Amino acid sequence: MEILLAFLIGILYASGIYMMLRRSLVKLIIGIILLGNGANLLIFLLGRITKDKPPIIPEHSKVFLDGFADPVPQALILTAIVISFGLQAFAIILIKRAYKVAKTDDLDQMNTTDEYA
Amino acid sequence: MINSILLYPLLFHFFVAIVALFFWRDTRIQRVISVAGSIIALFLSILLFREVWYNGIITMQSGNWKAPFGITMVADTLSATLVLLTNILGVAIAIYSSTSIISERAKFGYFPIFHLLLMGLTGAFITGDIFNLYVWFEVIIISSFVLLTIGGEKPQIEGAVKYFTLNILASVIFLTAIAVLYGLTGTLNMADLRLKIALVENQSLVDIAALIFFIGFGIKSAVFPLYFWLPASYHTPPAAVSAIFGGLLTKVGVYAMIRVFTLLFERSEFLDNLLILVAVLTILSGALGALIQNNIQKLFSYLIICHIGFMIAGLAMNTTVAFTGTVFYMIHDIVVKANLFLVGGFIYRLKGSYSMRQLGGLYQSHPKLSLLLLIPLFSLVGIPPLSGFWPKISLITAGLTTENYLLIAFIIFGSFVTLLVIAKLWSEVFWKESEPISFKANFKSFHSMKKKEQFSLVFAIALLAFVSLYIGFGAEHIQNLSSRIATELTTPQLYLDAVLKTK
Amino acid sequence: MKTLILKTASGYLLPVLLLFSVFILLRGHYLPGGGFVGGLVASIAFVLHAFANGLENTKNLLRIHPGFLMPFGLAIAFISGLAPMFLYDLPFLTGIWFDEPLPVIGMVGSALFFDTGVFLVVIGVTLTIIFTISESA
Repeated sequence: MEILLAFLIGILYASGIYMMLRRSLVKLIIGIILLGNGANLLIFLLGRITKDKPPIIPEHSKVFLDGFADPVPQALILTAIVISFGLQAFAIILIKRAYKVAKTDDLDQMNTTDEYA
Repeated sequence: MINSILLYPLLFHFFVAIVALFFWRDTRIQRVISVAGSIIALFLSILLFREVWYNGIITMQSGNWKAPFGITMVADTLSATLVLLTNILGVAIAIYSSTSIISERAKFGYFPIFHLLLMGLTGAFITGDIFNLYVWFEVIIISSFVLLTIGGEKPQIEGAVKYFTLNILASVIFLTAIAVLYGLTGTLNMADLRLKIALVENQSLVDIAALIFFIGFGIKSAVFPLYFWLPASYHTPPAAVSAIFGGLLTKVGVYAMIRVFTLLFERSEFLDNLLILVAVLTILSGALGALIQNNIQKLFSYLIICHIGFMIAGLAMNTTVAFTGTVFYMIHDIVVKANLFLVGGFIYRLKGSYSMRQLGGLYQSHPKLSLLLLIPLFSLVGIPPLSGFWPKISLITAGLTTENYLLIAFIIFGSFVTLLVIAKLWSEVFWKESEPISFKANFKSFHSMKKKEQFSLVFAIALLAFVSLYIGFGAEHIQNLSSRIATELTTPQLYLDAVLKTK
Repeated sequence: MKTLILKTASGYLLPVLLLFSVFILLRGHYLPGGGFVGGLVASIAFVLHAFANGLENTKNLLRIHPGFLMPFGLAIAFISGLAPMFLYDLPFLTGIWFDEPLPVIGMVGSALFFDTGVFLVVIGVTLTIIFTISESA
């Protein structure tokens, strides 16, 4: 399982970076999303995977009965997902706007800011 | 409970943002709330600074969960100083933008977002938890995206795409570093991390985590190969937004770097050499970039990069004296850079252009205002006794004692180029005969403003100029402050004791 | 999308989903659930309604702009965080609880108010984003 996840994370990072290096705006966003998912899975993997033991105290009990998964990585991932949700929504609106204003989705042609003026 | 004072500036900015959100439609009320709120927040952060100055490090465990399990907020002298500076800028920029931000922009939520940005900055400075630092970074970048794109002009949107991409990349890299660190140590509290990192068996993994942190913070603080988003975006938004970006956003990256490389990681020779190399190249590329620019705001953007190099240089040398220089430079730079962007915006209001070739004759037409604008410009150059001069003494002294002659050479080179650039700007913008510049349609020039509006623009610049004059003439106090911060940075035991042994 | 089945169903689904979102919100402290998920479910209810009946109808149904939920949500969350600071002199965000459980809801504490705030903010933000995107499409 860990090996599989490690490969998956590697693929997500690699394809995310590949997509970000394309010139299209849409691929840029896809790249960002893939990278973000890779990072979330990385936290999950490096936080040690414990199967079938959710960190929830059963009813009528005050403490955990046996070993349990570390809840911190899950909390971190949830936070990171919420944040990337907001960022991606913003990104999508931004690229729509950029496409409208610049009339192109080629990043190389978005060079107004580099003009010498 | 005295420890709660730590959170007051942060919570107050949140409060102001909420109140401003309630008045979403009425930008007039938002302006008043924003100015009044920033002034009160400044007062609260002065209280915090006083408390830290007299009684040492304050910590607070949010939710009453004991460290290292809960999120700890820590204000040591460095944090308190930076919070204070953030709020000084907050007041000046709130006053400036209460006039300069037109209602078409303000109605998209400029003022609430402005206060959320200040809240994020304050939070990033006082948090003692590495993941919480990530969250504050996200608060900062989300608010800065909105501020950067409000208005939606073509250069703004294009600049925002670049800014956005690289900053998100930085966040992902930062998150990756946190993941690696958490996998190695199983803790997120910065004080606890220091103890646990020393116990990790495979130290080369720790070095890798350190490098990933360096890349993530490097993008944020715009160091040499990672700075390209900065000159592409900082000159596009209104001057008030550029000012808060230029003053504080890159400095948060530098702050995070200082924190991580003094508190978390033991320094290795490789890392020191890397920092030296990066510092040198950052100074060089920022300086060369600034030499050829024609747009004033863009010129200042390159100077930001150049001077980030000075701070990294101090960090690279890793002695108390060098840290004193870095911290002093940071204090000076935050105030002066923000003021420079305000000055740029002010020149635009006067003459209707950012282009140095077109501008001219400002000294002839407005001699008194020119003298005011002279203060931040010459403070930046560091003509003694103005504020830019003093930190360089510490930096160069540290360079001599650690025998980093390369760094000394480049610090002097960077200062020299800064002098050259500012002298060029002065002669082009203030002395040269001016060409007639036609104003854009519905451009609101300084002369067509009411007396009250004119006053608020001048007041904001004068306030920051006064602070930078104080840093220059009261250098003794700032030097004391910086050396105290540097001592705290080189003896992290104080920080550990404060965080882990309270109660 | 104009299908009669979805249109008819959405009229019944809207209240059911909203009720479900409140259920998720309330069970959130000790069991999986909470303000964020609840808020998402609630906004899905409205998005589904908008799919079936058109954006204008959903807006008329809502009466206020969803963005106005944001300051209210933030204010509720903020006050629930401040309460322990000013009432009991405890650190920010410390959980304080009423002694007696309420019927149906169970134990009530400041965490519930915080979650309610999150719930409102999430509905406000999500609906604002989705309405903005679909309006300009």
